[in-house]
Amino acid sequence: MSTLVLAEHNGQQLHNEVRHAVSAAQHWGQPVHLLVVGYQSEQIAKQAATVDGVTEVLHANAPQFEHPLAEDVSKLIDTLVTDYEVVMAAHTSFSRNVLPRVAAVAGVAMISDVLAIHPDNRYVRAIYAGNVHTTVQSRDAKQILTVRGSKFTAAELNGQAEITAVSVPEPFTKTRWISESRIESDRPALNSAKVVVSGGRSLGSAEKFDALLNPLAEKLGAALGATRAAVDAGYAPNEIQVGQTGVTVAPELYFAVGVSGAVQHTAGMKDSRIVVAINQDPDAPIFQVADYGLVADLFDAVPSLTNALS
Amino acid sequence: MKILVAIKRVVDYNIKVGIKGDGSNVDIDGVKMSANPFDENAIEQAIRLKEQGKADEVVAVSIGSSANQDVLRHALAMGVDRALLVEHETEVQSLEVAKLLQAVADKEQPDLILLGKQAVDDDAGQAGQMLAALLDYPQGTFASELDIENGEAIVTREIDGGTETVALQLPAVVTADLRLNDPRFVKLPNLMQARKKPIENLSASELVTDLTPRLSLINVAEPPQRKAGIKVDSVDALLQQLRTKEGIAL
Repeated sequence: MSTLVLAEHNGQQLHNEVRHAVSAAQHWGQPVHLLVVGYQSEQIAKQAATVDGVTEVLHANAPQFEHPLAEDVSKLIDTLVTDYEVVMAAHTSFSRNVLPRVAAVAGVAMISDVLAIHPDNRYVRAIYAGNVHTTVQSRDAKQILTVRGSKFTAAELNGQAEITAVSVPEPFTKTRWISESRIESDRPALNSAKVVVSGGRSLGSAEKFDALLNPLAEKLGAALGATRAAVDAGYAPNEIQVGQTGVTVAPELYFAVGVSGAVQHTAGMKDSRIVVAINQDPDAPIFQVADYGLVADLFDAVPSLTNALS
Repeated sequence: MKILVAIKRVVDYNIKVGIKGDGSNVDIDGVKMSANPFDENAIEQAIRLKEQGKADEVVAVSIGSSANQDVLRHALAMGVDRALLVEHETEVQSLEVAKLLQAVADKEQPDLILLGKQAVDDDAGQAGQMLAALLDYPQGTFASELDIENGEAIVTREIDGGTETVALQLPAVVTADLRLNDPRFVKLPNLMQARKKPIENLSASELVTDLTPRLSLINVAEPPQRKAGIKVDSVDALLQQLRTKEGIAL
């Protein structure tokens, strides 16, 4: 038996999380196959073939996958699932949409957002917004799971897997894709950035949020993040919200600027290697989780930090 | 058009749960319970669609013990028309929840099934997708906008790095994100009235024969905690620490 990993991409680039999922997939010690779903996606399949540890790339190329819907992707995986003991992916909105459908049709449980994989199909995952870690054991013959990418190392890109075309079922016609809106940015993606600069409500307005944090993020080559409070106040778009109801990040370096440190936010960033907090309030809870705390007026400190990086 | 809304009863999201001394499970004895917040967004959206004349009837369903009557009364007070309790004393996991909701959908024949994108206790985020798969329905997950037009549900979904809009032929399953709406406050008179409304009981084991959990709980533990580091008194001191002590090239 083999392990099947669902690969995510944006039409041009294989997402970094795929490499983390592939390294998690090595746990079972079985051949790892990577499934690339797309349209005119030969280039993606070739990238997938270079991920270390992948023995075969299954390439599903069809017009309905130009904007892949969960209904179509899960139908495709349903046709492959009998050949695999494990079907898994990184815990992204794409796979969270697809894999529960696969699990339901296969009649097995799914294990979401796995932090660690142990022998005998035991998994550690976070519950209650990351406040509790639980270990569960699956009693199913087939394992279907998503893993949190930041908890597993990224596979290298020295591989040379074979690419095999797979046949694609008829499209599911009851769902129609209409449009997509993504933030275009030269900056790294928030969930895989090495450095993240996040702003909280203390920034005071959308204008100040941008004026203060953009230059700093630019200098650091960092992705921009925001707290739920800053998003709710309209300072930043929802897409960049870091926290329990947003994106989970684990960069090398995390700057929390004007962030109070609500549990909702810390749940999404507490796996960062180094956390720097800049806040005027010396009692802000963020200082309890920060490696380096600077108690200062952020309207002075952030520009001088940006300047000092020149 | 009939809408079915599924509601999970969970530990109130404001409460930080503790762990039992032997690490066997979380300790929720005597803890305040509420409707799952994402499910409240689902209830709110269903009621708004009814208020807009786009739905005729909203039916709420919850799975669990008789204690679940409180979240169903809450839904009735918000404005749903009827409430169903699928009685089951022990925990049911996502797939079994989906199977039970499938059985309820077979009885009720709703045009739209709404539920939260995940429950704030187990954070699994699977029941909606599983239900859609079992019914072979279209799904609109993590919805931040939902409208009904010409027999289709138009759903704007929160995806990594942006949003996506899809049209779902009804009947369909939609799971609510927090941004879908702000659930209304329940007024006391409505709550009093809701107390008098009947709740229909269904037996889980009559709907689905095998409800055994597939995932066994081995233990629970506190996650590793971050510790407070040091305070620095200037930007220069901060950069020096990051450069020399942490070896970061800045």
